[in-house]
Amino acid sequence: MNEQASILIIAIPLLVSVLNIPIGLLKRSLCYPLTVFTTLSCVYLSFVIADTVINTGNISYHVGGWEPPWGIEVAIDHLNAYMLVIISFVSFVVSIYAKNSIEKELLPDRIIYFYTIYLLLVTGLLGILVTGDLFNLFVFLEIASLAGYALVAIGEDKAPLATFNYIIMGTIGACFYLLGVGYLYIVTGTLNIADLTRLLPALYHSKVVLAAFAFFVVGVAIKIALFPLHTWLPDAYTHAPSTVSAFVAATMTKVGAYVMIRVMFTVFEPNFTLNALPTTEILGWVASAAMIFGCIMALAQTDLKRMLAYILVAEVGYIVMGVSVGNRAGFTGSVLHILNDSFMMVSLFFVAGAIMYKEGHRNIKNLSNLHKKMPVTMGCFIIAAISMVGVPPTAGFFSKWYLIHGAINAQKWFFVAFLLLSSLMVAAAFFRIIQNIFFQPSESHTTHEEPVRDEVPCSMLLPIVVMSISLLVIGFFSGQIIDSLIQHAVPKGF
Amino acid sequence: MDTMDFIIGKYNYWVYIVLMMIGFYAMIAKNNFAKKLVGMNIFQTAIILFFISTSSKTGGATIPIIQAGMDKAHQYINPLPHVLMLTAIVVMVSTFGVALAVLIMIYRRYKTLEEDEIMAILKMEKQI
Repeated sequence: MNEQASILIIAIPLLVSVLNIPIGLLKRSLCYPLTVFTTLSCVYLSFVIADTVINTGNISYHVGGWEPPWGIEVAIDHLNAYMLVIISFVSFVVSIYAKNSIEKELLPDRIIYFYTIYLLLVTGLLGILVTGDLFNLFVFLEIASLAGYALVAIGEDKAPLATFNYIIMGTIGACFYLLGVGYLYIVTGTLNIADLTRLLPALYHSKVVLAAFAFFVVGVAIKIALFPLHTWLPDAYTHAPSTVSAFVAATMTKVGAYVMIRVMFTVFEPNFTLNALPTTEILGWVASAAMIFGCIMALAQTDLKRMLAYILVAEVGYIVMGVSVGNRAGFTGSVLHILNDSFMMVSLFFVAGAIMYKEGHRNIKNLSNLHKKMPVTMGCFIIAAISMVGVPPTAGFFSKWYLIHGAINAQKWFFVAFLLLSSLMVAAAFFRIIQNIFFQPSESHTTHEEPVRDEVPCSMLLPIVVMSISLLVIGFFSGQIIDSLIQHAVPKGF
Repeated sequence: MDTMDFIIGKYNYWVYIVLMMIGFYAMIAKNNFAKKLVGMNIFQTAIILFFISTSSKTGGATIPIIQAGMDKAHQYINPLPHVLMLTAIVVMVSTFGVALAVLIMIYRRYKTLEEDEIMAILKMEKQI
């Protein structure tokens, strides 16, 4: 069972996503419970996998009984297991949230297909995580991206335009990745990641390998929207339906960051990545620019979702910066930040979706007195916001602590300064909203009537509360998470 | 002479690079969304040409179907890149399909696919 869990976790959502269409056409109301149940089973399977990895070591499952490197291998170590738990948990929570939000924002005939494509997206993301084969990873990357394009395109008025840019940029990224795979295949004759790790060190002097590495890094940088290749992200994530924004913001960039870590430190040795080319140096500076740029742009926005999207650009900068400093603390910080950031992004976009649901807009300037209307939602918003800023004891503090620690260890003082500066700017961005909510007198209320308490439906409120409480819980247990999973994922050279 | 050999001997790779750059140029510089999409398709096709090129072998290797009297690996071309590209073609067609669907949505909304005209429409709507 334990080994099969690693393949079932992608087989089940894939099958159900197809089944969703006939079942939905018979009875539309069945789609929602089916989706929730499927993602719940993914959560269960991901816990089984994580438990197996922690207690008995890495999993290797040979698809169809073909031995690697000829067949496709499903290879799971601590890093995969950790990512699997994050992505499947987020997809479960988002699928609970989806029902009311989607029914409000989408045309009724699109709902069945929404659930279908949503499960395809989950399949793609989980597939990227479990596979041990570079080409297979490309296929899952494209499944996830295509599902992402479709989900973004069903959003509001400007969504198709944003989606088209997203498709062009995303395809360039995927093609560069594919070229990297091709170059490595020419020199090694294999696509299996473990096999490549074994064969590549003898070929590090080859220019083909260097070109492959460059293609990988640039291709994945487009997929994770690393500044200055981020241009598609703010538009796409602003105009997508709220549920979709919450899910893609929390997962797509994080899975991309996983691919980057995999390629940089598993396919290639850390020694090569850190020393052969000035890649990590460049990535570090680019990531610092992303942190500052994302925050400056976030300060300038009046649309709540657009502001969050720019903060996401900055958060991607944090993750890449932690990886680029090349030591244990920085790497731990990055991997921990993947978890924290995906949970924070989900909570914040959930709140944005809740405001959309009740108010019908998300302009930062017109949010006054929302704390009286939606006290629970706003409480959760504040927890997520201070976690984003990095105030202890919320989760965001611990990953930023490790990131700063890593930058100090590597003696990159500029990175430390940029990180602190960008945290301050995130604080400014969020306090601006909090001030608008709590202290701005409402202009529209000429009469002194108290706003009535009016929360979103339970199926939306519950995920919001669960996510923000889990931010506190993760904060308290981050030591244990690092001990049991992350420290085993740190590459050997560090 | 060496340079000539380098250029002529590897002409398929040169073609791949030229095609890729044509596609890249179209994606960046063209004003019309449909043309951008065609550029994207050329870009992807170039990669298929590259992969297929890598599978060829000199010395009269043939397609990988076992024939009588030919039992050496060097007598057949490498089938794996072909298989990979079959999958990549599927991905390509799906991307193209999704992109065309999005273009239809854009066209229904703005009645044009020219980027500058759409930007002008958006600017006008913002002022109203």
